[in-house]
Amino acid sequence: MKVMAQVGMVMNLDKCIGCHTCSVTCKQTWTNRRGVEYVWFNNVETRPGVGYPRGYEDQEKWEGGWVRGRNGKLKLRSGGRLKKLSQIFSNPNLPGLDDYYEPWTYDYDTLISSPVIDTVPVARPKSLITGRDMKIQWSANWDDDLGGAPETAPKDPMLKGIEERVSFDYQNAFMFYLPRICEHCLNPSCVASCPSGAMYKRSEDGIVLVDQDACRGWRMCVSGCPYKKVYFNHRSGKAEKCTLCYPRLEVGQPTVCAETCVGRLRYLGLFLYDADRVLEAASVPNEQDLYKAQLDVLLDPHDADVIAQARRDGIPDDWLEAAQRSPVYRLAKDFRVALPLHPEYRTMPMVWYIPPLSPIVDALSRSGHDAEDAGNLFGAIDTLRIPAQYLANLMTAGDVTVINDVLARLAAMRSYMRDANLGNPFDDRIPDAVGMTGDEMREMYRLLAIAKYEERYVIPAAHKEVASRLDEEMPGCSVDFDAVPGGPETAFGGSRVTPVAIESFHLTKQRAEAQTHAQLQEGAPDA
Amino acid sequence: MIDSSVFWVAGPYTVTLVFIAGMVWRYRYDRYGWTSRSSQIYESRLLRIASPMFHTGILLALLGHIGGLVIPAEVTSAVGISESLYHAVAVALGSFAGLLVVVGLIALIYRRRTNTRVFLVTTRMDKLMYVVLGTVTGLGVWNTLGVQLFGVGGYAGGYNYRETVSVWFRSIAWFQPRPELMVHAPLSFQLHIIAAMLLIAITPVTRLVHIFSVPVGYLSRPYLVYRSRDAATRPVQRGWEPTQTR
Repeated sequence: MKVMAQVGMVMNLDKCIGCHTCSVTCKQTWTNRRGVEYVWFNNVETRPGVGYPRGYEDQEKWEGGWVRGRNGKLKLRSGGRLKKLSQIFSNPNLPGLDDYYEPWTYDYDTLISSPVIDTVPVARPKSLITGRDMKIQWSANWDDDLGGAPETAPKDPMLKGIEERVSFDYQNAFMFYLPRICEHCLNPSCVASCPSGAMYKRSEDGIVLVDQDACRGWRMCVSGCPYKKVYFNHRSGKAEKCTLCYPRLEVGQPTVCAETCVGRLRYLGLFLYDADRVLEAASVPNEQDLYKAQLDVLLDPHDADVIAQARRDGIPDDWLEAAQRSPVYRLAKDFRVALPLHPEYRTMPMVWYIPPLSPIVDALSRSGHDAEDAGNLFGAIDTLRIPAQYLANLMTAGDVTVINDVLARLAAMRSYMRDANLGNPFDDRIPDAVGMTGDEMREMYRLLAIAKYEERYVIPAAHKEVASRLDEEMPGCSVDFDAVPGGPETAFGGSRVTPVAIESFHLTKQRAEAQTHAQLQEGAPDA
Repeated sequence: MIDSSVFWVAGPYTVTLVFIAGMVWRYRYDRYGWTSRSSQIYESRLLRIASPMFHTGILLALLGHIGGLVIPAEVTSAVGISESLYHAVAVALGSFAGLLVVVGLIALIYRRRTNTRVFLVTTRMDKLMYVVLGTVTGLGVWNTLGVQLFGVGGYAGGYNYRETVSVWFRSIAWFQPRPELMVHAPLSFQLHIIAAMLLIAITPVTRLVHIFSVPVGYLSRPYLVYRSRDAATRPVQRGWEPTQTR
């Protein structure tokens, strides 16, 4: 057993309202640069829908991820090392810019600089690639809220096999939002695909990163990742990807997408896992066993043997303690309501999803039933097979029983807590029916419904004695950081260097005022 | 007038120095810019044919040049390869490689010029590089087809560069230069070498640096790479060294 720590995320899809705030704040933070105009480290897709880039889940086309060979060993779907090197001059599986979309801006200046004319001046769309006028035909969320779905959604690879049973009429449609970031997989096929060895998994926290100085732009990671979450910066010629905001995590802060999520649907915390068993787990013959295999790799942070081994493997005590309080471990392993996205890619993804119950609740209430009655909900989960099958295609390699179990637990919680809401006594038959205790159910309710910041994000700061220098604490321009009046003081009395991300609105304001004040004082003797 | 033989000594050594210094400089100061700068994301259909074609051709040509320049004629004849057999193979292989390179390069340049997206990211250095590379290639193909195959310029049966150019090349490598061997070589051979020297000299400041990043390590390394945060953190910048007792 080799214990390693992994920062993981859980997203509760029932709470996602598809506002794209995570995407926008992420873009503002990381990809508002030349060369990555088309890149969204975080994107939100409406499902059913083709996603971004278009149809990325069709691995027969893109050949991302791993497959189990006849000899039982894993191999990259797109081929072995020699084949990869032979395709280095032209990668046959690389998505083109048009598979993402052509990024654009508007010629806003004409709105202001236009002379007085009879008609209203128009800001024309300009391509951010060529700078020329362009026709906008697609974007990262073109099919948002099922817009154009009758035309585009049937191309959703996950509808394969159930397409004739899915309808996109307004009344009968089911939909939900799927926010996606890099999965920071335990068995990342992008890392395995990189010919230069520039991609790596950080041994301390499992974050998958690209060494920008070592990347040579061979593009194999882009095609190797089945989630298409590694992107090619077309100006620098290097691969870039979601960093799980590691500079923030290192100082104990949640990622930008999590921090800014208005639905508070994201959870961040640690998993402890057995690195020696990852390959074996990713190689189980039956795709539908992958979810369970993945759960089995996760170690119980309360287990004495695990703790002892973790200490031997150099995991600091405060990280162990954080792992014990981890909300993601609780949701994924203890409550078993969070599922990995596409376990069948065999990459062991570490961003987990709580499937949405709302399509079923909506269908129930539309049909005039009490959508919070446990019996009705359990019945509906079994009857409304289309949403379940679709969710199974996304999260359990098509195994509907797992999805139904998860939805049943969520439905049971809904029903169970309604009694509390109405002042009725708890009905412990409801948690019993889904194999949980009343206490567990109440704890799950708290975690899903009212968990505060500190409960949703349990992030141990990086260890300075381990990492001599962390990016967020790098002294940059002295004007940005030095001696912020009213800034956090250290135990030694001195004003501490404040990382950019910690600087709150109030601090910035204080600093601005202090500067003005100082300038006034400075000017005073002369006056 | 300076004897042109001076050039055939000073030229290659200057170019070698410029190349080595340039590569060291580029590696130390611009590892972020060290990439193939692929444009496949903009255009893939033409690239899928032209790029492998060009690269295969150029690698074949490289092999041919190693065979012709590095391996002495005495060695090939000692292992039983007659001069005429060598010549036939060299011309055949050279013509094939030249064809791949020329067609590939023309297609790539056509793609670069006609596809707006690709053209707009073409730097001045790319254009210079294409001109020099095109010149080297053109002269090389002329030497193979014109001189060696059809005997243009009175070299019926081909010019035996292995007794002049190759010997000169090795004499430079052993630091015992014999420039006189180059002075009487055919003009097109001289020009080919001059253009090649220019290409080598500008390599450190072009995208051609990707040639030296052939990822052979991929064949032997484990699939998954783990790296500690400590190894990834940057070294202390100048002026920010922590205090020390000694």
